[in-house]
Amino acid sequence: MSTDGIDTSRRRFLLASTSVVGAAGVIGITIPFISSMNPSARAQAAGAPVEVDVSKLSPGERVTVEWRGKPIWVIRRTEQNIADLESLNDKLADPQSNAPQQPPYAQNLHRSREDNPEIAVLVGICTHLGCSPTYRPEPGAKDMGGKEWKGGFFCPCHGSKFDLAGRVYAGVPAPTNLVIPPFKFLSDSVVLVGEDGGAA
Amino acid sequence: MSKTQAFTNWIDARFPMSKMWKEHLSEYYAPKNFNFWYFFGSLALLVLVIQIVTGIFLTMHYKPDAGMAFASVEYIMRDVNWGWLIRYMHSTGASAFFIVVYLHMYRGLMYGSYKNPRELIWIFGVLIFLALMAEAFFGYLLPWGQMSYWGAQVIVNLFAAVPFVGEELSVWIRGDYVIGDATLNRFFAFHVIALPLVLIALVVAHILALHEVGSNNPDGVEIKKNKDANGKPVDGIPFHPYYTVKDIAGVVVFLIFFFAVAFFAPEMGGYFIEHANFVPADPLKTPEHIAPVWYFTPFYAMLRAIPPMFGSQFPGVVVMGAAIVVMFFLPWLDRSPVKSVRYRGPLFKLALAALVVSFVILGYLGVQPSTPVKTLLAQIFTALYFAFFLLMPWYTKIDKTKPVPERVTDK
Ligand code: HEM
Ligand code: FES
Repeated sequence: MSTDGIDTSRRRFLLASTSVVGAAGVIGITIPFISSMNPSARAQAAGAPVEVDVSKLSPGERVTVEWRGKPIWVIRRTEQNIADLESLNDKLADPQSNAPQQPPYAQNLHRSREDNPEIAVLVGICTHLGCSPTYRPEPGAKDMGGKEWKGGFFCPCHGSKFDLAGRVYAGVPAPTNLVIPPFKFLSDSVVLVGEDGGAA
Repeated sequence: MSKTQAFTNWIDARFPMSKMWKEHLSEYYAPKNFNFWYFFGSLALLVLVIQIVTGIFLTMHYKPDAGMAFASVEYIMRDVNWGWLIRYMHSTGASAFFIVVYLHMYRGLMYGSYKNPRELIWIFGVLIFLALMAEAFFGYLLPWGQMSYWGAQVIVNLFAAVPFVGEELSVWIRGDYVIGDATLNRFFAFHVIALPLVLIALVVAHILALHEVGSNNPDGVEIKKNKDANGKPVDGIPFHPYYTVKDIAGVVVFLIFFFAVAFFAPEMGGYFIEHANFVPADPLKTPEHIAPVWYFTPFYAMLRAIPPMFGSQFPGVVVMGAAIVVMFFLPWLDRSPVKSVRYRGPLFKLALAALVVSFVILGYLGVQPSTPVKTLLAQIFTALYFAFFLLMPWYTKIDKTKPVPERVTDK
């Protein structure tokens, strides 16, 4: 090898050192490119909270607003709806809302603020693969299972069902309850979605 | 020396033009018994060219902006001279690409073209298939219709099912917390430059690998084993002019069908362009029935067939991914001493038929709304699909094969 006057140890040192430095450089330059694909500062800043006037919502009615590009449903449930929730428990996958799909103040039977149980605020995105389920409030709807159906949501994409508190039925593709965004009442008639003044 | 000869010599001294022509065309010896199934490789090349050319012209008018994309496509359809033709060629080309590639892959299965020594041709092929699916998926978001939007939403959310990093991964892919302008803009970048470059590179590798080992044929006989005194395979004929001319005949027939669809049925009853895509994307409302374009539906049916486990959709995603990954291992799963289906026994024929039937039925189930019965069917056919691959080492080993002839036959 070294008989022909080639200094292989120098060559080896140069190869090894440039490989190490080169690899570090490649990793270093990859980071900015990968990171550039994450939400930009502007995308992160978007998503200011939105106010929803619920005074004009009659019982059983729903409005959809947009917050952070997602559909947010605000529903005024009827007294019957609230009363029905308990009776559905054994058909649901997570009736006690144990999975962290809601702020702590909404981990209750009606999945809402204690002082306004009839108002539900839900992110209208199916927890399966992200379609927006359809609102099916009519109790006893034939295609939804007839008598058993107390009103809720049906996802057209793969057939997941949720009750009017956004709790998922057992045995459907969606694994968890619908997400509840942070929200608070500014007054009896106005809900602020996207902010809860530090999880109260 | 003639002027043209002198010119050729001048180039050949500087660039291996004649050498390449000989190596890949005039002195590339292909088996003389190619049949119908051997049209689809060159047709895939043709469709690739159609997609690239029509794509470049669409890019001249299309706007990759969530606020303008839908309208810019309508503009191409109505106001740009011949814009409708260019767009319909591109959208029909996408479906044609998958038809051609699925038939091309089926040919490989029938004649054992993936077996030693053609494993790398096959592996490059599966990579092409993956790149093609990604290319089609990114392209489908661009018109920014309802189906574009919700289709992308569902597929990107598949990544959110990955344990631990899923959520961040899906945000990183979208570039936003929901499918939005950032997503459209980057899908455009992938669709018009990144993936076409990858596809072209893979196709070059695919063909270089093919020309290194030589083509298989319907008999699965290695023609290089029988050479004449000049070292040419006795059962081989030069690709040019024999197969260039044959392939041109195939191109003519293909183009008749292609333009019949592009002119008279570009939507193909909602299978090539889905009806919901004539409505602009609405992030607040999902269409009543969503299904992917037909070429993804077999894999989509597999995804839906797997129920969530441990509160996660991930198992379904894994099964869908595995349906493609398992193809990479095909060359090593097959233990049969013969290549072509012509000399294989009944077990392989049965298995191949079961695979085709499963794939077609899964494709049908994938466009249907799911019901308990259909979900059960999808589970059964998903199992059959995997059985073709996973039981292959067993059934190809015990299968009764027929003797393979020394030379190719004239059938
Ligand atoms: C852009 C897509 C593709 C193009 C342009 C392409 C092109 C070609 C061409 C020109 C040939 C030679 C002609 C022929 O045998 O028909 C060929 C052969 C072959 N291709 Fe592809 N191909 C594509 C995709 C695929 C895919 C997805 C697979 C499988 C996963 C595949 C597997 C093979 C095999 C195994 C052969 C050798 C066939 C034999 O010798 O019998 N190709 N390809
Ligand atoms: S996205 Fe709702 S069931 Fe799949």
